[in-house]
Amino acid sequence: MALLTIQDLSIGYDAHTVLQDLNFSVHTGDYLCIVGENGSGKSTLMKTLLRLQKPVSGRILTGDGLKETEIGYLPQQTIVQKDFPASVREIVLSGCQGRCGMRPFYNREEKALALQNMERMGIATLKNRCYRELSGGQQQRVLLARALCATRKLLLLDEPVSGLDPKVTAEMYSLISELNRDGITIIMISHDLSAALRYASHILHIGPTVFYGTKEAYLESEPGEIFTRDSYATTEPQRAKHKGGKRK
Amino acid sequence: MIEKLGMYLQYPFVRYALIVGILIALCSSLLGVTLVLKRFSLIGDGLSHVAFGAMTIAAVLNLTSQMLVILPVTVISAVFLLRSGRNAKIRGDAAVAMISVGSLAFGYLIMNIFSTSSNLSGDVCSTLFGSTSILTLTERDVAICTVLSIAVVVTFILFYNKIFAVTFDEDFSRAAGTHTDRYQLLISIVVAVIIVLAMNLVGSLLISALIIFPALSAMRLFHSFRQVTVCSAVLSVFCAALGILISILAGTPVGSTIVAVDTAAFIICCAAGLILGGIRK
Repeated sequence: MALLTIQDLSIGYDAHTVLQDLNFSVHTGDYLCIVGENGSGKSTLMKTLLRLQKPVSGRILTGDGLKETEIGYLPQQTIVQKDFPASVREIVLSGCQGRCGMRPFYNREEKALALQNMERMGIATLKNRCYRELSGGQQQRVLLARALCATRKLLLLDEPVSGLDPKVTAEMYSLISELNRDGITIIMISHDLSAALRYASHILHIGPTVFYGTKEAYLESEPGEIFTRDSYATTEPQRAKHKGGKRK
Repeated sequence: MIEKLGMYLQYPFVRYALIVGILIALCSSLLGVTLVLKRFSLIGDGLSHVAFGAMTIAAVLNLTSQMLVILPVTVISAVFLLRSGRNAKIRGDAAVAMISVGSLAFGYLIMNIFSTSSNLSGDVCSTLFGSTSILTLTERDVAICTVLSIAVVVTFILFYNKIFAVTFDEDFSRAAGTHTDRYQLLISIVVAVIIVLAMNLVGSLLISALIIFPALSAMRLFHSFRQVTVCSAVLSVFCAALGILISILAGTPVGSTIVAVDTAAFIICCAAGLILGGIRK
């Protein structure tokens, strides 16, 4: 049984369907990258998987003892968070809210879990610092530690490296790979195709043609070929221009 | 001066004013942080105008217990306004502005048409600025206010962690299985209760100040949610007590004196925040 099984899923807003008849399954230990152009429905798919919105039709089944609320989520940052007075510890601890249920306060076990995840992300020394004063990379680590408090099995990441500089981006990717090696299943939305091809084990390409399969199969498939060619075609001339500019 | 104060404190209405003032200041500061961060700073304004509109209707109908009309109407409006933040055709600030201005105009209109009082502008002024009502509280008013305040504080403490989580990241909370809709509803109801309570103290127009000033002041100084919440509660209670005492001694209107003290506290906190920030760097 797979961790997540998606059956004939159609997604969209207000009865306006963005994407139809998706079928795929995610197994424990997979590293799935969701790629596709802007507006192809990546974020909508993510929100549907998280049950933040209802699917238009079709089903999402969980297996391997995964509860619906045991999904760790790394959302894109919102404007509210930019000036939120909250300490790192408070934010990471809020990842335990699903475990709490109706209990009003966090217990010792949850506090220990929060600390453990802060150590895992290398932010234990920052625990009393204010979130809004941290760098972009540190903030992402805080949110990742929070997501880890919510799950031991499955992480959903929505563009985890957007707005980060190349060095921090690389650190973030290796951190995610490390989590994956520890046995956490990863589903990630990415714009960055080269990183997706480097780290992922499976690719879900959504758009006019949908592809789902392993990375190797993707490179040989039609959408994969077009998409990789296109994204290199758009980046190459820019690089050439840049070089030309430098030479002058 | 202390003698004069001691003399005034012998009057029960002065003691009532002080008790109610402190309780309301405490309650209104608690949710201030959440409302400011959620970009709902003006909700106090909007809802208090709704309460004003409801109050005029209750007055015209000559009801003995105006609370019965004011509270439900305000709660319904609060639920509607805070829900509309998401997936709405009319977005948050526009909806607040619409309801606020609409009910203010409606309330004044009703007062004008049906009023039996000879001093209409005086009536409107005292409802809007709460100039006298806090000094005319009865024992029953104080009891109602005390019960509601305790309910607000207990609710806030019990749901503190959830309120933090939902305010910081609603999507994450929903994904983690928290029923965010319920907590939004809870926050709306508590906000409405606080506003109806606070109308007695500072009147419709100055409620926003009571909600946002302590939160903003505390946010200059502290950097964790708990510290900010505690600090804004302490600050709010202190400013309210000081404001009431000053207004008794100097004979100034209660509501605006409290807000003036709150403003002064905000300026002091800003300065202190800048200095502390400078030292830290």
